[in-house]
Amino acid sequence: MNKILEARFIAPDIKLFRIEAPLIAQKRKAGQFVIVRVHEYGERIPLTIADSNEEEGSITIIVQGIGKTTKLLNTLEAGNYILDVVGPLGKPSEIENFGTAVSIGGGVGTAIAFPTAKALKEAGNYVISIIGGRTKELVILEDEMKEVCDEVYPTTDDGSYGFHGLVTDKLKELINEGRKIDFVLAIGPIPMMAAVAEVTRPYGIKTVVSLNPIMVDGTGMCGGCRAVINGKTMFVCVDGPEFDAHQVDFSILTKRNKMYLPQEKHSLEKFMCNLDKMAMEVENARVNA
Amino acid sequence: MPELTPKERMAIQRHHMPEQDPEVRNKNFDEVNLGYDAALAMAEAERCLRCKKPVCIQGCPVAVKIPDFIMMVAEGRFKEAAAILKEDNTLPAVCGRVCPQETQCEQVCVVAKKAEPVAIGYLERFVADWERMNIGIQVPEIKEKTGKKVAIIGGGPSGLSCAGDLIRMGHDVTVFEALHEIGGVLIYGIPEFRLPKEIVKAEVDGLKAMGVKFETNFIVGLTKTIDELLQEYDAVFIGVGAGLPYFLNVPGEHLNGVYSSNEFLTRVNLMKAYDREHADTPVFDMTGATVAVFGGGNTAMDAVRTSLRLGAKKAMIVYRRTEAEMPARIEEIKHAKEEGVEFILLAAPIELLGDENGWLRAMKLQKMELGEPDASGRRRPVPIPGAIEEIPIDAAIVAIGNGSNPIISKTTPDLKVNKWGNILVDEATMKTNKKGVFAGGDIVTGGATVILAMGAGRTAAKAIDEYLKNPDVW
Ligand SMILES: Cc1cc2nc3c(=O)[nH]c(=O)nc-3n(C[C@H](O)[C@H](O)[C@H](O)COP(=O)(O)OP(=O)(O)OC[C@H]3O[C@@H](n4cnc5c(N)ncnc54)[C@H](O)[C@@H]3O)c2cc1C
Ligand SMILES: Cc1cc2nc3c(=O)[nH]c(=O)nc-3n(C[C@H](O)[C@H](O)[C@H](O)COP(=O)(O)OP(=O)(O)OC[C@H]3O[C@@H](n4cnc5c(N)ncnc54)[C@H](O)[C@@H]3O)c2cc1C
Ligand code: SF4
Ligand code: SF4
Ligand code: FES
Repeated sequence: MNKILEARFIAPDIKLFRIEAPLIAQKRKAGQFVIVRVHEYGERIPLTIADSNEEEGSITIIVQGIGKTTKLLNTLEAGNYILDVVGPLGKPSEIENFGTAVSIGGGVGTAIAFPTAKALKEAGNYVISIIGGRTKELVILEDEMKEVCDEVYPTTDDGSYGFHGLVTDKLKELINEGRKIDFVLAIGPIPMMAAVAEVTRPYGIKTVVSLNPIMVDGTGMCGGCRAVINGKTMFVCVDGPEFDAHQVDFSILTKRNKMYLPQEKHSLEKFMCNLDKMAMEVENARVNA
Repeated sequence: MPELTPKERMAIQRHHMPEQDPEVRNKNFDEVNLGYDAALAMAEAERCLRCKKPVCIQGCPVAVKIPDFIMMVAEGRFKEAAAILKEDNTLPAVCGRVCPQETQCEQVCVVAKKAEPVAIGYLERFVADWERMNIGIQVPEIKEKTGKKVAIIGGGPSGLSCAGDLIRMGHDVTVFEALHEIGGVLIYGIPEFRLPKEIVKAEVDGLKAMGVKFETNFIVGLTKTIDELLQEYDAVFIGVGAGLPYFLNVPGEHLNGVYSSNEFLTRVNLMKAYDREHADTPVFDMTGATVAVFGGGNTAMDAVRTSLRLGAKKAMIVYRRTEAEMPARIEEIKHAKEEGVEFILLAAPIELLGDENGWLRAMKLQKMELGEPDASGRRRPVPIPGAIEEIPIDAAIVAIGNGSNPIISKTTPDLKVNKWGNILVDEATMKTNKKGVFAGGDIVTGGATVILAMGAGRTAAKAIDEYLKNPDVW
């Protein structure tokens, strides 16, 4: 049981939690994640450790509510407990002084990229950050990124804020301007990561992505998180989650992540329906009182 | 009742284990074997010849005093029988259910020369269940506290038996477990219909009552390393099991609908996917599906029978040798057949075929014949040229064994392992090359059995106790 110390929405459906986890706070490095379980019949889901505070003994996770488990998690508040939190899992990011590094985050991917961007900066890189969102409210962590990066470019698909276009458009612009780029980190939806890989491939820019397959144990025991990297089967929870973007078979990853779509949809509908019921009960209780 | 003569005892037929009807049980997750009642147990106990030289004991890896406990059963003194069992076996309710008795205690039982062996396993199960259900698991005597602390890594059978012995010796014991539940394969692997989880939980509660502490969600190596544990603990036992699933390395293994047995069974057992109404963890919808399971061990039988219970229309075992070579317990093979599992023998998958959306649709099998015996003395299967068959399937489960998980060895570089990653130990003491660190169970032997893992935990506990008394000697 891990206590939630702070919980606040930082964008619609995206919530930041600071939770008590002293051992993980001491050990964790950029790029690593935890697996959490919210209730007795709950799923185990992986979430990146966005930040940590060793003195306080806390870690920060940032959760986008997209399905039953993440939406349920996002109903929790400070003072509540998370049933299980285990970690730190996965290999830490390989941090070097590459020179100029570009960190690209799409949606909640920015939260996953944040700790690595910070570590890249600490290792002496000149760090440029591109933060993408469909629309203005979905651009997250801009202030936090500004604190740890040299340049920060928000982008929106609809042009409501920052650069009008996709993160890859901004990346192409930087390349076309003749900026010397030595390293790219791209984290976000699979199509975005695949697109970034194609942009940097012709230039031979070392590009790293963080993969998000479906996981269960997170310790290498089940093989459910397997992905094909350079033609070889790898277990993302122990061999990753970061891999060379130019070696990842994104099409297999995309298909594998759709394995439980009907079940996930059913589970979410049932949950939302219960949420409505719960809200109605609260409302009725209020009216009756 | 007058004492029976050996001849009279030999004349008694082995008592059949009452079980659920196959057509009923293949649709539910309740236990298949229903267990002896007191009358059946006492009658079966009369079959034991009380041998002067009980060879059965030599067949048991932990040397349970078999005739002694059976004699108590015959007299209806079940409490005493339980006490005798527990002197050598920390988890009798588990072993009575899952030990491969036919290659251990019951194989060497002298009765087996002329008739069916004494049902040692069924009797063991009866006694343990009787204790749990009638008087509760008894807390054995615990020696005076020694003030020494031992860390046990892994909550599987090896870790639990090591913990149980050490706590009785008066040491302070903490078990660190990576998952959110204790039990190892007993919880995440072996299904409810063969080993009800309630039994494992009761055993763990028994250990808790004795003072063993449990830390779940703690991955040694990642959450803390062994070297860090050694700063707080006087000794460490590593019982982390096998648990790195092998795949076949054939094309198509990443298709949707293809599982390792570990993943499939974990989703269903640990994550409760069989309870579709409540559990959030999904599993492939087996309703009306055709399923192939590759392998011939207990894991394969568990996976195939679980598929049936989840609604599969057709469930097949695909094994590259013949039934005689199958490593599964005979009872599991028998139960699987009764429940309607099909066996495709002398065949190996060479490719899994998918549709355009990445879903499995068929398997390609290479037919085999038996060739010359190999190093293990088993006749090796060799492919019959051109004998390739394609069979449509919806799901496939790979159950061909496990390698060793590298988390511990990677984070403890000075620990000696062999080329497969198994930890090297001195077999008499389970000592590793690292001072204060012991290891046992599947991580040392590779995938083996519950009772062997428990035996290793026990051997280690004895050696740990000696080491704690005299830490200068290693
Ligand atoms: C290493 C890693 C780090 C991640 N970090 C973050 C993070 O910091 N913040 C964040 O919001 N999300 C993160 N994710 C994604 C997050 O785990 C999924 O969004 C979450 O599991 C979805 O669960 P759900 O029940 O809410 O949705 P569901 O409706 O169950 O699933 C929605 C989609 O999420 C994926 N998914 C489902 N179950 C799992 C599972 N058990 N494991 C992984 N993916 C699953 C599938 O693609 C699925 O289609 C990370 C994923 C990985 C692998
Ligand atoms: C499906 C299946 C069916 C089987 N059926 C039978 C049967 O009928 N009869 C029989 O005798 N045997 C059977 N076996 C084999 C038997 O279960 C194993 O030999 C036995 O469980 C091994 O015990 P163990 O203690 O070595 O490891 P495990 O039972 O594997 O337990 C190891 C534990 O350590 C934990 N762990 C791993 N790494 C770490 C870490 N770094 N930090 C903390 N914890 C960690 C794991 O999560 C696990 O809980 C079966 C196995 C399977 C998979
Ligand atoms: S522990 Fe296993 S091998 Fe030993 S007597 Fe019991 S059933 Fe037989
Ligand atoms: S060998 Fe068989 S008959 Fe003899 S003591 Fe053991 S169980 Fe009884
Ligand atoms: S999540 Fe099970 S092996 Fe990676």
